[in-house]
Amino acid sequence: MTSGQNIFKTNEGAQEMRARSEISAKEILREVGSVLRMSEAEVANLGQSSGDSDEDQTMIINMGPQHPSTHGVLRLMLELQGETVLRCKPIIGYLHTGMEKTGEDLTYMQGGTNVTRMDYLSPLNNELVFSMAVEKLLGIENDIPERAVWMRMLLSELNRMSSHLLFLATNGMDLGAVSMMLYGWREREEVLRFFQKVTGLRMNHNFIRPGGVAADLPAGWRSDVLEILEMLPGRLAEYDILMTDQPIWRERLQGVGVITADEALALGTSGPILRSTGVAWDLRRDQPYLHYEKMEFDVIVGSYGDAFDRYAIRINEIRESMRIVYQILDNMPKGDYRIQNKKVTPPPRARIDESMEALIHHFKIFTEGFKVPEGEVYVAIESPRGEIGCYIVSDGGSKPYRIHMRAPSFVNIQALPHMMRGGLVADAVAVISSIDPVLGEVDR
Amino acid sequence: MSDQEGTPEAQPMLHGCPLTDSHGQAVVHPSRAQYVALLKKLLDSGYAMCCDLTAVDFLTHPGRSLPDGIVAERFEIVVNLTAIASRDRIRVRVQVPESDTTIASVFDLWPGTEAMEREVFDMFGISFDGHPDLTRILMPEDWDGHPLRKDYEIGRIPVQFKGSHS
Repeated sequence: MTSGQNIFKTNEGAQEMRARSEISAKEILREVGSVLRMSEAEVANLGQSSGDSDEDQTMIINMGPQHPSTHGVLRLMLELQGETVLRCKPIIGYLHTGMEKTGEDLTYMQGGTNVTRMDYLSPLNNELVFSMAVEKLLGIENDIPERAVWMRMLLSELNRMSSHLLFLATNGMDLGAVSMMLYGWREREEVLRFFQKVTGLRMNHNFIRPGGVAADLPAGWRSDVLEILEMLPGRLAEYDILMTDQPIWRERLQGVGVITADEALALGTSGPILRSTGVAWDLRRDQPYLHYEKMEFDVIVGSYGDAFDRYAIRINEIRESMRIVYQILDNMPKGDYRIQNKKVTPPPRARIDESMEALIHHFKIFTEGFKVPEGEVYVAIESPRGEIGCYIVSDGGSKPYRIHMRAPSFVNIQALPHMMRGGLVADAVAVISSIDPVLGEVDR
Repeated sequence: MSDQEGTPEAQPMLHGCPLTDSHGQAVVHPSRAQYVALLKKLLDSGYAMCCDLTAVDFLTHPGRSLPDGIVAERFEIVVNLTAIASRDRIRVRVQVPESDTTIASVFDLWPGTEAMEREVFDMFGISFDGHPDLTRILMPEDWDGHPLRKDYEIGRIPVQFKGSHS
């Protein structure tokens, strides 16, 4: 098949938000109504009487892609009437690097380096869901050594803490509490320092791999974790003084970017956004993976679905993660940190020096990779941002035939037009921040 | 609705579509004609959340196993649904032929599929009837071709300093 056969000129039209004069009334009603989940009667009503006004009173402006509060390269087109946002359209793709296509060209051994770069604020969760999907295809998901499972949980929870700490930092910065930015980054750095000690890297670890983890925990890991756990409660109490209890902070967030449970479900959102509406949906509890069914923790839910609930959920999820980490410290077993299955595990370094077969085995596993039986599987876990899913189709080879990551930010960002509608343009910053999108994962 | 009742071993059916099991996960295989009606029934029976909608191009891997009566086509739309109340998941796989890469949009059932369908359109060139804004989402709007198709060449960027050192 020639390459030219498939290439044809496309005419999909502009991605930008169009002016009202360029789109039909029906289209705009559909756009507004379906986003708002209104009945047809309500939508018809809206067209006649709402605050939507003539074009000469509105203007369309760009926010981003180079805006400090858009957390990367997110571009929003806003239709404004004075200070009020009437319509909003997120335009994404500025960070698209074809990671799913790249993933088709990397072996299952190398795949971790690719997926870990998608959601760069919770890399360990990306690796975890990828590894779990590959293990399910291999049929070894129940043979992972206990220590590896508990280590995965430890790292996943610490990663949730570091991600939420960064959210607190950026949320504070977006709303003018600039000192919070420094505090959040400082605390996150403590967690990253632990990651560096365990995995060798602060980010993009490629540490959780199919079959287990890359290395055992280093000496003294327990006291390092305890140091973080003892440091954090005092700091979180400071945040409460600085932000949670502060009237300015509350005024800025309460009632901003409201979404109801029905809307959140229809828009497919997950994580803190869905939980802020009162839907207690946390995959750690509802579809437990690893050993979360043995853990005691609370699923934090909000009741108003506004930006303040989403803030409060995340700060309290740090506390819940700390509870889980304490339980992990009590339960961490001894033993292997990766499966002793020659198919997926390279031989230990010492064996390579003395055995020709081990050398060949090592060489084969790193050049060709291991073959994964034909099949398809979808595995989902709870990342700090919501449900991160990994859909892998295998054709029996050593590379995924198709790898698709269901990125929580990609879906959550669709709630933006809905949350912003009718709000003030100054609140737009608060709303984007409360979604906590990671553009690396939105665009992949 | 279906004519699969005559097969030797009874094929499990769900709403008239073959139901299979993939590593313990339920998968339904509707035809393109049954697609929206099936999803509507699933939505009404509690699958309130459409987690994921994606596609696979099976150009170089045609011989995959499918239940009897389902003809393998080049493209497949894969939809993952979640039921909150019963904590259940189900996957829907629809075959889409290369000669006619269109399928109905499920935007009216779950508005959250808007971006996902746009991504599939962008990456695979499958168009969704009834989608309100079917434009490219990740690639630039004047891009040629659909990158995740298997016959889309990865291509190379000319290197500025090629041949400078052996």
